[in-house]
Amino acid sequence: MDFTEEQLQRYSRHIILPEVGGKGQKKIAGAKVFIVGAGGLGCPVGYYLTAAGVGTIALIDNDRVELSNLQRQIAHSVNTVGVNKAESAKKTFEALNPDVEIIAIKERINNKNILDLIKDYDIIVDGSDNFPTRYLINDACVMLKKPLVSGAILRFEGQLTTIIPGEGPCYRCLFEDPPPPGLVPSCQEAGVLGVLPGVIGALQATEVLKLILGKGKPLNGQLLIYDALTSNFRKVKIPKNPKCPICGDNPTIKELTDYSEEYCAL
Amino acid sequence: MTETKIDKKLDIKGVVCPYTLVKSKLAVEEMEVGEVLEILLDYPEAAVSIPKAMLNYGHTVLKVEKINSTDWLIRIKKEVED
Repeated sequence: MDFTEEQLQRYSRHIILPEVGGKGQKKIAGAKVFIVGAGGLGCPVGYYLTAAGVGTIALIDNDRVELSNLQRQIAHSVNTVGVNKAESAKKTFEALNPDVEIIAIKERINNKNILDLIKDYDIIVDGSDNFPTRYLINDACVMLKKPLVSGAILRFEGQLTTIIPGEGPCYRCLFEDPPPPGLVPSCQEAGVLGVLPGVIGALQATEVLKLILGKGKPLNGQLLIYDALTSNFRKVKIPKNPKCPICGDNPTIKELTDYSEEYCAL
Repeated sequence: MTETKIDKKLDIKGVVCPYTLVKSKLAVEEMEVGEVLEILLDYPEAAVSIPKAMLNYGHTVLKVEKINSTDWLIRIKKEVED
């Protein structure tokens, strides 16, 4: 692929970087990223990856845009209230960069469709808002050996980690099972500072680009925790659990669990 | 003085910053280590910024010469793989 004059202009600040260059920009253009959720996290992740020129971006969400989303879900607008979120974000991203193929999937991700949906993608991004989906994505990525950039937010605190199956711990090494329903409050119950998913989503997008470029050190084996109130970033080491039920030496989880709980609308 | 072997020539007259550097960098990326690129340009700032950037990338600047009232000739030897 040779760059067009427009692409030279659009990606000039990338091409000038020694760590990216024309070669890196072509890697970005050849990458396929799958984003679960077109909400608080999915919007900034998709926005920046679109701007960066990632070749193919899939977005899956079965929710519709509501006015209460617009405080933080920056890809949507008053013009797309009532529209499916993946579809709404697709419109925004296509206007930003027509180089990128945006695939909007208007479904709920579940244990029956996930493997087929993600199998052709290089990197998976978790921007989901509930534990069952978080564990489902983790298990599917471990089974297919797909790198996963996982993020979560609540109130003023956000966290992220990069999971590289076979090379480091997975989400179940950290917390073996999802918490019981109702124990951890949802954003609906507890609230979230609107800009917080922007911070965590931008960090997730950064991790994705590092993985595509093969530059820097990915955030695997570590959980990065951001506290917006104190402006503190804290890193916690996550050891790989040899007894992990999905990525350990003798995994007990052989097939994906059917979680059919109520979806929390982030 | 011995003639330097030029492996590739790039004419970026009429091109302005930062595209002078973008095009020069892409040209170097496509070359082998040890090869020499000759750049012809007429954007004054680039006569300073390209040599500086190429040094930062780890390459050698063999020559920066104003060859007439408008044009510069820059020669870069590729030293490291990008």
